[in-house]
Amino acid sequence: MAEKKSKFVLEFEKPIIDLENKITEMREYAAKSGIVLEDDIRRLENKAGQLRAEIFQNLSRWERVQLARHPERPYTLDYINRMCSYFDELHGDRLFGDDPAMITGLARLGDMTVVIIGQQKGRDTKDKLRRNFGMPNPEGYRKALRALRLAEKFNKPVVTLIDTPGAYPGIGAEERGQAEAIARNLYEMAQLPVPIINVVIGEGASGGALGIGVGDRILMMENGWYSVISPEGCAAILWRDASKAPEAAEQMKVTAQDLVDLAIVDEVIPEPVGGAHADPDKTAEILKEVILRHLSELVKIPPKKLIEARIEKYGRMGAWTEE
Amino acid sequence: MDWFKRSKPSLQAQNKKELPDGLWVKCENCGEIIYRKELDKRYHVCPKCDYHFRIGSDTYIKLLTDEGTWQEFNANIKSADPLNFTDYKKYSEKYALTVKKIGFNDAVITGTGLLEQHKVVFALMDFRFMGGSMGSVVGEKISRAIQKATKEKLPLIILSSSGGARMHEGVLSLMQLAKTSARLTQFAKTGQPFISLLTNPTTGGTTASYAMLGDIQIAEPGALIGFAGPRVIKQTIGQDLPAGFQRSEFLLDHGFLDMIVHRHELKQRIANLIEFFQSKN
Repeated sequence: MAEKKSKFVLEFEKPIIDLENKITEMREYAAKSGIVLEDDIRRLENKAGQLRAEIFQNLSRWERVQLARHPERPYTLDYINRMCSYFDELHGDRLFGDDPAMITGLARLGDMTVVIIGQQKGRDTKDKLRRNFGMPNPEGYRKALRALRLAEKFNKPVVTLIDTPGAYPGIGAEERGQAEAIARNLYEMAQLPVPIINVVIGEGASGGALGIGVGDRILMMENGWYSVISPEGCAAILWRDASKAPEAAEQMKVTAQDLVDLAIVDEVIPEPVGGAHADPDKTAEILKEVILRHLSELVKIPPKKLIEARIEKYGRMGAWTEE
Repeated sequence: MDWFKRSKPSLQAQNKKELPDGLWVKCENCGEIIYRKELDKRYHVCPKCDYHFRIGSDTYIKLLTDEGTWQEFNANIKSADPLNFTDYKKYSEKYALTVKKIGFNDAVITGTGLLEQHKVVFALMDFRFMGGSMGSVVGEKISRAIQKATKEKLPLIILSSSGGARMHEGVLSLMQLAKTSARLTQFAKTGQPFISLLTNPTTGGTTASYAMLGDIQIAEPGALIGFAGPRVIKQTIGQDLPAGFQRSEFLLDHGFLDMIVHRHELKQRIANLIEFFQSKN
């Protein structure tokens, strides 16, 4: 079995990595010395597998946030390339420019033709800068709106892949109306007469995520996070100390399972043990299957009913008491 | 060696945003000393420099509705603390204390009233309640106000005064942006106007939802309006922000407001708009 060695190791993964390194050493020693160590190696491998399963079953919320930000985690284009037999990217908002932090395009997913929208992070430093770390400017949200309108005109379902640390907080973004761009998308997505499926594939930070995140189904990858603000942001404001982010993540309840419990997320998409980056092909395969299953249900619903149900779905969100 | 010892007490930071209880008030902008009763009479606008002090929902009710016509609805909705949230203290305790101190239940008051004889549905946010932050209660009350205006085919005025979404309710606060925006799509079919009134400050999730979705966008002069707060932007880009950045006048220049209206003219200008939209040709 070809093991893909991860260069980047998270703190809680260290015991597993240590064990794996030991196994590698033993194998090398066995090969060099000719001493048979097969039984010992197998025993250690079992142990490593158990340890991995145990650690990944008991992740804290903050550890999941770190997995969602893992530098090798698959991004929007990684999923598109694996899931779609055809993809043509569309560029530009026809108003100001083209935002590389937002991907829009036409895709064939299984036997469906869909419009895909998603934030895009960069892999290396140059790419990260070009993609603005996945933080869209208003032109990104307006490009997404253009794609939504195309979907409406040609009656194509929409799939959005959410992965952003937030909408970009810059001078130009404010000048060009970041808030208006997001608000407009919420409004238009609420009444778009085609099915919309939202999937949080990594980070779902606040309005920047929601700006492409209103739909008929809200799905979330097992190790994604989604909240009103990043744990660091929350900690900096409420604890006045950004290092309290782990505590803020616990308090804000940011994981996929939390969001199911809060009646926001409809389904959690499981990731391979070790996280999506441990096996991107398998992850993309599962994601595709889940999206297609929901799409096949949604395309049967008449547009008017679809919109009504969508608005009522959001109408139920929240928790309050009334005397 | 007491040469360096301070002989006078060090400067004390003043709580500038709260109005002092004395007879006289100092203008936060020009420093003019104003007789409190005069300021009250002028709806807290400085007689010298026209600076608009922040006022609460009760004062806006007086300013915008004909006397004796205000009828509040959904006053009893309260936060359920869905996350059981705690930072240095429990959110539920902080909430209860705020309710006790302020005298109403959350950061928005909703009701109907006559505005120059026109029946209108109002949602008036109030910054005094946890910085006007939007959680489940604000989202639900505003949604219900929109639904009432939709059902009764009445003009809708939402006055924003808010630092953004309420962190203590996590993702549920975020979803209120979508919830209220979705309800506005239903209201749009009534043919009645939605007037969004932006006051100081309107930032974060509030701006990124209903506050930016008005048929007509009106701001008071000098109000801070934006998506990200100035401090966050300054930190991100690592440089000082230009003068007047994210103020009403800046937003008007950049095409995100229809008009900036002096507080004393608000009622009449809104009445004109309602009359325009309700006129049949």
